[in-house]
Amino acid sequence: MANYTTIIGLEVHVQLLTNTKLFCSCPNRFNPDNPNVQTCPVCLGLPGALPVLNREAFKLSLKTAMALNLELARFTKWDRKQYYYPDLPKGYQTSQFDLPFSSKGYVEFDMPSGELKRVRLIRAHLEEDAGKNIHDESGRGADSQVDLNRAGTPLLEIVSEPDIRSAEEARLYLEEMRLLLLTIGVSDCNMQEGSLRCDANVNLHIHENGETIPTPIVEIKNLNSFRFLEAAIEYEVKRQLGQWEKERKRLGDVDAPKTTRGYDPDRGVTVLQRGKEGAADYRYFPCPDLVPVVVSEEELAAIRATLVEFPSARRRRYCDQLGLSAYDAQVIVNQGNEFAAYYDAVVAICGDGKLAANWTTQDVLRQTNDRRETLAQFPVTAEILGTLLSKVAKNELTIKAARDVFAALLAEADEEKPISKERIDAIVTEKGLATISDTGAIDAVINAVVARNEKAAADVRAGKQQALGPLVGQVMKELKGADAKVVRQMLIDKLSS
Amino acid sequence: MLTRDEVLKVAELGRLNLSEAEVEQFTQQLGKILGYVDVLNEVDVSNVEPMAHVADVSNVFRDDVARQSLPRGEALANAPKSDGKFFLVPQIIEGA
Repeated sequence: MANYTTIIGLEVHVQLLTNTKLFCSCPNRFNPDNPNVQTCPVCLGLPGALPVLNREAFKLSLKTAMALNLELARFTKWDRKQYYYPDLPKGYQTSQFDLPFSSKGYVEFDMPSGELKRVRLIRAHLEEDAGKNIHDESGRGADSQVDLNRAGTPLLEIVSEPDIRSAEEARLYLEEMRLLLLTIGVSDCNMQEGSLRCDANVNLHIHENGETIPTPIVEIKNLNSFRFLEAAIEYEVKRQLGQWEKERKRLGDVDAPKTTRGYDPDRGVTVLQRGKEGAADYRYFPCPDLVPVVVSEEELAAIRATLVEFPSARRRRYCDQLGLSAYDAQVIVNQGNEFAAYYDAVVAICGDGKLAANWTTQDVLRQTNDRRETLAQFPVTAEILGTLLSKVAKNELTIKAARDVFAALLAEADEEKPISKERIDAIVTEKGLATISDTGAIDAVINAVVARNEKAAADVRAGKQQALGPLVGQVMKELKGADAKVVRQMLIDKLSS
Repeated sequence: MLTRDEVLKVAELGRLNLSEAEVEQFTQQLGKILGYVDVLNEVDVSNVEPMAHVADVSNVFRDDVARQSLPRGEALANAPKSDGKFFLVPQIIEGA
């Protein structure tokens, strides 16, 4: 088998979360059940209609570029990309060609190995989405249906350098991109509805006799799930390797043009679409109907002031300032903004980042999953959990006692009782869960347990560590609120003296 | 000036079916127009900034406020074919 490197570049398309379309005042809303009710002369491409740029769409684009570390152009313009397709009523797509609003950025994310991966971005530009064609799949050749509700939706195209080296990296890149876009609130990133989708450019660098030979590039179009993205690339790499071994065609050979393929999720294969038209065939030219945009420092500063903490910065803060492992920081931040904000609020009250991380990533996540609740619906608010954990941090409650309180709170919420942080103390008292810090009381129970278990005590004295556990267990059973660590130490002290 | 193949290519990109006589005619006519426009190449523009738009205007925006769209019936009114909900077009065959 050939020795090779996989080379992948992604083009991500993301619909912006605006009220209206990019160049007209039609609503920007996913509405497949009511086709052709969100159109007007502008997005239908009727003669004489004139487009006007949506201010908010441009703002969201600038905001996204800042999050992607892109350089912002001070001057940008609109171009027409000409091609014929029934979902494109004007016969051209209004896009950006030679002067996009941003270029040269990067996205960074953690690999499972712990290594930080950086994928450079070539550019991000703003354009309009096309409508939707619905094809007759019966094979009887019936007409295709065209719905233009989506035509003119603001769409950002984010183009990466071919820096991605595996299907897994491609997925991680897209996941980080989605998290970032959701965090800054520029898109709902709903992949099922097509708000976030991507094309993957894939080829191989074959290493042979000290030479590196690139194979022809294949573009896999319209991947709309993380799973399909990963599966399509994995399939494509195997396919291209097979092609190479059979045909030995190189990138640039006249009989090996760039091709376009689609992914068929039912069969798990990629399928050849059409020969890719060269860029020159789009006959781009500046759109005379739209004037350029000049971006000022003041506008940029105003947008910058609205930016929230980015996921990468948040992970770093969790590691550096709160002492979390990279793994824990990743789990919390990758749950999304709402979850990380909940965690931040818990830490702010209890003051222990690690403790809060354990609870939110284990107890809270498990409960919200089991109960099928969002964090906003979850009865144990950050204030309640923070208060509970502050008692653990101050050694007023053991972890086990805190879990009992947590469960009791949820049980009360299920009985529709109002729960609040004030209920914590009441539950602790009712169930006798307070940590027994009275060493005299613990001592008395230890003495009684040792007296009842002479054999085990003798074993421990003789150095058999495994005999210690059952003794600790018996003491704990009698002293509900005792701290097992304290009991264990006191037992060791007693039996070694 | 302009070749026959170039005319055929542009016609294909524009989804135009030209007769043999039209190909001949357009090759000549378009060639003449391009020749005429070519005069502009004689102007020295080495000290002229590239122009993105003829009007010296920038930053024309619209607020992001939705307005009434066309009723579906009106949107479909000019379509050669529709089923009352969708525009209908001959089946799209990839690569054709």
